[in-house]
Amino acid sequence: MSEPTTITPAHEPVAAGNPNAARRFFSSAAGRNIGLVIALLVLIVVGAVTAGEDFLSLKNMLVILRLASVIGVVAIGVTFVITAGGIDLSVGSLLGLCSVVASVTAVQTAASGFWPLMIIVAVAVGLAVGFINGWIIAYGKVVAFMATLAMLVAARGAAELISQRKTLIVTNDGFKDFFRTEPLGISIVVWIFAIAAVAAWFLLNRTTFGRRTVAIGGNATAARLAGVKVKRHTLYLYMLSGAAAGVAGIMLMSRTTAGTSTHGQLYELDAIAAVVVGGTLLIGGRGTIGGTVLGVLLFSTLTNVFTQNNLSTSVQLVAKGVIIVVAVLLQQRFANREGSATTT
Amino acid sequence: MLKDEHPQSLLEVSGLTKHFGGAQALRGVDFDVRAGEVHCVLGQNGAGKSTLIKTLSGAHQPDSGEIAWQGNVVTIANPVAAIQLGIATMYQELDVVDGLSIAENIFLGHEHATAGLVRGRETKNAARALMTRLGHGDLSPSREVGTLSPANKQIVSMARALSHDIKLMIMDEPSAVLDSQEVNNLFRVVKELTSQGIAVIYISHRLEEIERIGDRITVLKDGRSEAAGLAVKSTPTRELIALMTGTDIDHVFPPRVPLDPAAPVLLEVDSLAAGSRFRDVSFSVRAGEIVGLAGLVGSGRSEILETIYGERTATAGTVTLAGFKLKAGSVTTAVNHDMGLSPEERKTQGLMLEEPIYRNATLSTFTRFARGALLNERAEREATSEQMRALELRPAEPNRITRTLSGGNQQKIMLARWLIHGTKVLLLDEPTRGVDVGARMEIYGLIRRLAAEGTAIVVVSSEIDEVIGLADRVLVIADGNVVAERNATEIDEHGVLDLVMKGSAA
Repeated sequence: MSEPTTITPAHEPVAAGNPNAARRFFSSAAGRNIGLVIALLVLIVVGAVTAGEDFLSLKNMLVILRLASVIGVVAIGVTFVITAGGIDLSVGSLLGLCSVVASVTAVQTAASGFWPLMIIVAVAVGLAVGFINGWIIAYGKVVAFMATLAMLVAARGAAELISQRKTLIVTNDGFKDFFRTEPLGISIVVWIFAIAAVAAWFLLNRTTFGRRTVAIGGNATAARLAGVKVKRHTLYLYMLSGAAAGVAGIMLMSRTTAGTSTHGQLYELDAIAAVVVGGTLLIGGRGTIGGTVLGVLLFSTLTNVFTQNNLSTSVQLVAKGVIIVVAVLLQQRFANREGSATTT
Repeated sequence: MLKDEHPQSLLEVSGLTKHFGGAQALRGVDFDVRAGEVHCVLGQNGAGKSTLIKTLSGAHQPDSGEIAWQGNVVTIANPVAAIQLGIATMYQELDVVDGLSIAENIFLGHEHATAGLVRGRETKNAARALMTRLGHGDLSPSREVGTLSPANKQIVSMARALSHDIKLMIMDEPSAVLDSQEVNNLFRVVKELTSQGIAVIYISHRLEEIERIGDRITVLKDGRSEAAGLAVKSTPTRELIALMTGTDIDHVFPPRVPLDPAAPVLLEVDSLAAGSRFRDVSFSVRAGEIVGLAGLVGSGRSEILETIYGERTATAGTVTLAGFKLKAGSVTTAVNHDMGLSPEERKTQGLMLEEPIYRNATLSTFTRFARGALLNERAEREATSEQMRALELRPAEPNRITRTLSGGNQQKIMLARWLIHGTKVLLLDEPTRGVDVGARMEIYGLIRRLAAEGTAIVVVSSEIDEVIGLADRVLVIADGNVVAERNATEIDEHGVLDLVMKGSAA
């Protein structure tokens, strides 16, 4: 038997950019969600046929991406929580709260010389609320569903109190100018989404943080008994989700040039739907950022196709519901097949 | 009375084969079961026991071969058909509904009802009668099943089978979740059934149980009946093991290694207590030594392990690991100071079943392989492969999903985790639960080898002979107290039970 001693890695760590890593990226995200890719392609064909040139234009594609960005960032944060077997229902309200706090007169005045302060404030509010969520869940042992449902209600109320139910107009020019820039012709908001997605993929798949997340979702008791600090990590996960909601709040503020308590209403459901349709298991233990991104793109493309064809939002909601159910049914089918193939 | 002079076969199985895809699960099984007998079916994991049971209970259809029931060839098309014939199956994973009462569970699917309205009193009376028949008339039929112990849930499951007019009951490892006292009770019930002329097919990994209640034995190996209808009384255990594993084994337990008198004390437990669970537990384990904790379920033996490990917070006393006093209630401190635990419930407490093997093997060490926060999965896989080879876990594929492994191999993964970690003190709770005989001996051998390499080991098991056979020293636990400490060579199972009884009375 080998010596049970501390092991020093004998090989260079896999560089993020090498072809091996790229191949694994496709096999884990796009590969596993091949059904999603097909669905997205079908939707694009439908859009192209029904709405023609307008739909396929670069401009429209960028519209779809911008539409996806805010929910996308929220969904990325939620992916971590769900992968660890939790749930965060508070993200939509929290998004609103972050946008309100970042755009109150006091903050905007203070930020007049240094506009990124607004971003810092929004993210700080997200982190703080996430900390409260995480603390109640990890140390107070309250079921995540209830704890974050309570926060959903409370954060919306807090946002209304602070804004006095008024829409707070963003007057800070530095902020507005920054979000008006379009590097390489692509909106800053889309860039944020893209960067968040890549960073999140890396965090979930390549770091010890990601491994802890998956391990807790896979079997929290086993993780704890192997020495993983499950409570502390749970706290971090809700803070991450809160911070993502804060960033999304800023993104929505930049688009509407306003902060309001109604920002982000029902975003938690859209985000969770995108995460689950993307292939992350609601019971935890398996999470995919690529899937989440695809899920968000699927829904925003759907919205766009309906808008382009001047169809009512009601029809769109029904279609969305159908897609969610079909996607989950298909996933289960695939999951079962995979299961029987590996059983000996 | 029901056992007549020339017992005719109730069930006769001949030439049964079954394959799944490319895998041949059954290659020819022949055996017969007589009314009123306990017929034990033995075999290692993968020998075909589960497939055989499922074929007899109508869940699978055989590819070829015959099943004769009371002299007539029958086709058991589905589980309902099996029950109509009089064959009931009690699976390992109990199929009772926790939220329903005992009576509701027993008559689930065939309620005493008029036009959809359940006739409550009649149901309860019938349920009480069945429970009384099984020696458990004291349990109220309206009690919720979720509040019962696993042992009593089994009784409910059996009562459900009896609520149909059955002649053969198949029990798939019924003792796996029971401790010695509950096993005694189960055996009483089995005797009760057979005295009423009901035949029992009894599946178990535990050879000593088979000696106690079995009448005849059929041994399966690689999907074949290696030997059928052997009389228990005239078949030595050694022969059974040889039939099952295909190898002749002299000793089930590996030989003890004389302890180096200069070996340092690695684990020192001093006056440890946890509320009302146990108190004043003191013992030490030296490098190379295996200490066993023997006692009944509820004696506090698992709680002692959990408290040493920090999973449960001690209310008094200290745990010292290689000279370092551990912080009470902190698993992380224990792990960081090279203590490891293989928990009682491997599947729910030990493993991430849907994850690849290597992630389970490195669950306590992945941060060590990592460079900063960056995982080094290649190194993890290599270390896992190396351990898998050392543990003779084949195929050594670290990417395989853990759920697809047998119980014995899953247990090896737990050992691999702490081998990679390099633990000085290893706590093993039920190291062979759900592990078949062949793999058991391998695991015993591994545990002994680990000790020989200088690990201090504490073993807890509900099988007292396992504790005695494996350990150098045995602590007998009763009602949360250490009632005796003996060298393992100076005590046997009866001795332990005597001490337990005396200790409980005191």
